[in-house]
Amino acid sequence: MLAAAISASIFKDLMNAVIASCLVSLIAAILFFLLQAPDVAMAEAAIGAALITAVFVIAIRRTKRYEE
Amino acid sequence: MRRIISLILLAVVALGIALCVIHIPFGAPKTKVGNYYIDKGREQTGATNIVTSVVVNYRGFDTLGEVTVLFVAAIGVSAVLATLKKKFQKKIEPPSLVLNAGCRFLFPLILFFGAYIFIHGHLTPGGGFQGGAIIASAFLLTYLGCRGRRISESRSKLTESLSGLVFVLVGLIGLAIGGHYFLYNFLPKGVLHSLLSAGIIPIIYIAIGFKVGSEIAGIIDKLVEES
Repeated sequence: MLAAAISASIFKDLMNAVIASCLVSLIAAILFFLLQAPDVAMAEAAIGAALITAVFVIAIRRTKRYEE
Repeated sequence: MRRIISLILLAVVALGIALCVIHIPFGAPKTKVGNYYIDKGREQTGATNIVTSVVVNYRGFDTLGEVTVLFVAAIGVSAVLATLKKKFQKKIEPPSLVLNAGCRFLFPLILFFGAYIFIHGHLTPGGGFQGGAIIASAFLLTYLGCRGRRISESRSKLTESLSGLVFVLVGLIGLAIGGHYFLYNFLPKGVLHSLLSAGIIPIIYIAIGFKVGSEIAGIIDKLVEES
């Protein structure tokens, strides 16, 4: 999870960064589930991993893909 | 030079936060209200899922605030995107047969799962927000898989407004009948662990599920339309 979080902030290719942040959300959801908070895990998986990623991908398609 | 100054500033902020946090004992409950909910939640609200009993019953007014925040965010997105000029429509490649059929097969299943999650919010983990997000992800799938299919904007607005009205009306009826506070649980509690139990909680959660689902689906619809 830490590796994914760090690489999300380092990657110059924003599409890769978005996928890495999606991975962070997914692992966070699994952690929430293991810590016996299934309600939060469900919200994190649905919103953090699916919807936020989609919104970011749409935003990248409208703008530039590579960071200078 | 600027880097050194920013590093020093960061260190000062980190030190401040660490000094604040170090005095809080980790893991020990600071308030008694949490244990009260765990002990009395089931008999007072009739909901098996204690998280739901807190979200909809004890802290119902906060939930209304959260739903309002989401509503304002949806309005903001549509207002920002409405000012942009409409580009001429690019030609979209029609989806392949496999993609189209897969989308059509999965769409009702995901809708069904989302509805299950918010209808059973008072019995199993999950609730209106989670179910609504899952329903919105079903709409996202259709936008990705079968481009060209759109939800009708007026209908999604209608669903959203009606469910918001149901939430507020149920709360006001509780205020009128119970006379104590907003969102008073005026319906009979029913038998624990059965679907028709916990008074107004299922009604409120179904309303929240429809509202969140239509709002997020509307936001995604606006974004996809612009891209």
